[in-house]
Amino acid sequence: MNAPLEPLIYDISRPGRIAFSLPDLDVPEAPIPAEFERDPELLGLPEVSELDVVRHFTHLSRLNHAIDVGFYPLGSCTMKYNPKLNEDVARMPGFTWVHPLQPEDTVQGALRVQYELQNYLAEIAGFDAATLQPAAGAQGELVGVLTIRAYHQARGDTQRNKILVPDAAHGTNPATAAMCGFKVVTIKSDSRGNVDLEALARHVGPDTAGLMLTNPNTLGLFDEHLTEIAEIVHKAGGLMYGDGANFNAILGIVKPGEVGFDVMHINLHKTFSTPHGGGGPGSGPVVCKSHLAPYLPTPVVEKETRDGQDHYSFRKLPGTVGKVRSFWGNFGMHVRAYTYIRVHGARGLRDISENAVLNANYIMNKLKDTYDVAYDRTCMHECVLSGRKQKQKYGVKTLDIAKRLLDFGYHSPTIYFPLIVEEAIMIEPTETESKTTLDEFIDTMLQIAREAEETPDLVKNAPYTTPVLRLDEATAARKPELRYRCFG
Amino acid sequence: MNYISHSDAERAEMLESLGLQSVEELFEVVPRHVRFPELKLPKALSELEVTRLMTDLSGQNTNVLSHPCFLGAGAYRHYIPSVIGHLAGRAEFFTAYTPYQPEVSQGTLQAIYEFQTMMGELYNMEVANASMYDGASALAEAAIMAVNVTGRRKIIMPRTVHPDSRAVTRTYTEPQGITIEEYATVEEALEHLDDATAALLVQQPDFLGQLLDLQKLSDAAHAHKALFVVSAYPTAMGLIKPPGDFGADIVVGEGQPLGMALSFGGPYVGIFTCRNEYIRQLPGRIVGKALDKEGKQAYVLTLRTREQDIRRERATSNICTNEGLIALIVTIYLSAMGKQGLRQVAEQSYHKAHYAAAEIAKLPGYELAFDGPFFNEFVVRCKSAEAVEAVQKACREAGIIGGYSLSEVFDDMADCLLFCCTEMNTREEIDRLVAVLKAV
Repeated sequence: MNAPLEPLIYDISRPGRIAFSLPDLDVPEAPIPAEFERDPELLGLPEVSELDVVRHFTHLSRLNHAIDVGFYPLGSCTMKYNPKLNEDVARMPGFTWVHPLQPEDTVQGALRVQYELQNYLAEIAGFDAATLQPAAGAQGELVGVLTIRAYHQARGDTQRNKILVPDAAHGTNPATAAMCGFKVVTIKSDSRGNVDLEALARHVGPDTAGLMLTNPNTLGLFDEHLTEIAEIVHKAGGLMYGDGANFNAILGIVKPGEVGFDVMHINLHKTFSTPHGGGGPGSGPVVCKSHLAPYLPTPVVEKETRDGQDHYSFRKLPGTVGKVRSFWGNFGMHVRAYTYIRVHGARGLRDISENAVLNANYIMNKLKDTYDVAYDRTCMHECVLSGRKQKQKYGVKTLDIAKRLLDFGYHSPTIYFPLIVEEAIMIEPTETESKTTLDEFIDTMLQIAREAEETPDLVKNAPYTTPVLRLDEATAARKPELRYRCFG
Repeated sequence: MNYISHSDAERAEMLESLGLQSVEELFEVVPRHVRFPELKLPKALSELEVTRLMTDLSGQNTNVLSHPCFLGAGAYRHYIPSVIGHLAGRAEFFTAYTPYQPEVSQGTLQAIYEFQTMMGELYNMEVANASMYDGASALAEAAIMAVNVTGRRKIIMPRTVHPDSRAVTRTYTEPQGITIEEYATVEEALEHLDDATAALLVQQPDFLGQLLDLQKLSDAAHAHKALFVVSAYPTAMGLIKPPGDFGADIVVGEGQPLGMALSFGGPYVGIFTCRNEYIRQLPGRIVGKALDKEGKQAYVLTLRTREQDIRRERATSNICTNEGLIALIVTIYLSAMGKQGLRQVAEQSYHKAHYAAAEIAKLPGYELAFDGPFFNEFVVRCKSAEAVEAVQKACREAGIIGGYSLSEVFDDMADCLLFCCTEMNTREEIDRLVAVLKAV
């Protein structure tokens, strides 16, 4: 076996090394009851110097692709540039060193950020109320579906036990509906990538609690029958849940609250540029119409004006579906998103979506003669190609194309999703990438298509230049080794 | 201001290549009457203006770096070594996404593998996942996992589990028809254990700071073949025996005290650990070791068939994005503090809290509500609910962020305050607090 790229921190550990300093204890020692005291030798943590720590994590960081390193066209994830300004603001001591249970009069700045962000998000998406509590998009979905459930229950409408989910949906949608106790009914897509209206009409009924719809959907398409869909669902007494994962396409273009959605989550870590952090933290605020507002997670922030002075405070909601997270949500992400909105203003937000959509169409147009396009019509912020031609003709799979891209310094697009597109390649360039980057990426995609034809093995065995090559994932899952053992 | 890279000329070229006159034409699919709505937002600001605004808003908050703080109750003010901000602040970490392409994500993946190892060691448990949103949702997911493992549908917990953790557990489980029974004390909870119980959930130290006899609780749960689930304060594990020593089946926790700033409540990170036999029931992401095709050691997201993107409505949880960056912060913190540092942080927190408790207990009008062992939080009973308010007011006037008024959560503890000390509280700060209390 070859040496690892970087040893584990445990392998670097040497007994007696330290990387910390604490003041001397300035109070008398209290006895520690023996039955509770841990043997310090049995605390399996490393012993390293500060420089050991710095080198180790710096080395690890260099093994990652990241937005600041290069293009990251990962469809459905909105890997846009994360402004440095937001990081500086979020690190201000009045935001980082504030305890969540401090008296309200000592956190007026923090509460104002939350209050105004609630309002901005509701305004941008066209709704009446908002909660910032959900920690990520999937938790936002949970909140949204729970509010729908609470709404029906409050009306004594208790037979609604089904949630409709289009086949193009993210996996979190059906998983969330199931967590909320609903039966999931899958609705197929039509030949233009819309929700199939006939299938919808067939499945909708008095047992329908709601439809979870991503719009633009995961095919990167704006549903051409949005108004009809909302009408069908509402007529049956169901509610419309909006999955806001793709909100980056429609800021200032259309307000979901004006086209029939009752409730929607927003991923601050996608649309509002808070960093993805290698898989979180995210933040998944939920915005809704007034008929669902009483059920939002408690508390929400409100403003009162007393003696000409604004005062912000938490208000508990008696009808709430409950809490989904401790305290008030991922505040650090709220600060970043708030800053981002203040920097952009209304026109700036519309510019984001216009450029995101322009970029995706530009890429699709340049690649559509070489790769199959899943649905040949104007896309929104992302485009879905198919590698089926390359697979059929040359035996080169979408996975191979994705891996080959790594050799050129790109992160791969999302692949094999949505599930309804064979050999799917989902490309989301975002608005922050330059034409130069897009042109270079397009050229690389065209080159890989030529390689697939002329030297297919070159593509099938890629990548070659990455820190590690393709992994044996099957063995890893069959014999899972999930940690180092400190004590044998 | 915006962060778009194209020049106007480049944009025009792109539109031309699409055969379009204007970018608006891309949106004709949107019904005309709702297209291009007005957004009522404040006008765009420059970087200088927004920095000024945010400095002002930040300044309106009393920060606990420059003020003594005795608040705990689920979020803890611990020292954060300088290396953390510099290392976790590397853009290669924080501007990456979930490590779906392992060839270009080994940094994130190995850090998670180290995180999983450290969480297992901290709690003396066999396996850990890559993180949950926070301690509260981790406990809720543990309750659901216990139901799935045992096939039973009743969860028992005392109200000495953090109120937010109990609330989140209720929210997550209620729609699935899982019964949650909450009791005033641990003893009362034990009396209600039966063969229909999926799990006993407790917190160590509990919400009121008390250390529990985990062996007794573990034995009681296991006597009914229920799972024993513990939510544990990770810093305390530097000094106190971990739940794994007593046969806990699932141990979760709030990872914030391990290097993450208080941040007015988030982002934090949920820790989730369990016995090896339950790994296929674990919620969320897990990293495992793998070899590449040349035999080089590497790491990869594994056991993926549990997750929502593959299993959809049959997934173990709907969680997707977790708290990767905060898990990284925890990993760097525990590397920097190490075996000796975490012990010292825990010892200092313990001794300072005991000093503060002893000094306050000497004052007339105040007594400790409990006489059992505690770690770094303790409940002080004042003369009355009014006295609590007077103490809080006096603390504020003295520039001290005081204790947590338990009237917020327990009607029968309106005369009680929950105080917390960590290594951050100097003797001088504690003496100031005691003087303020004395003067009330």
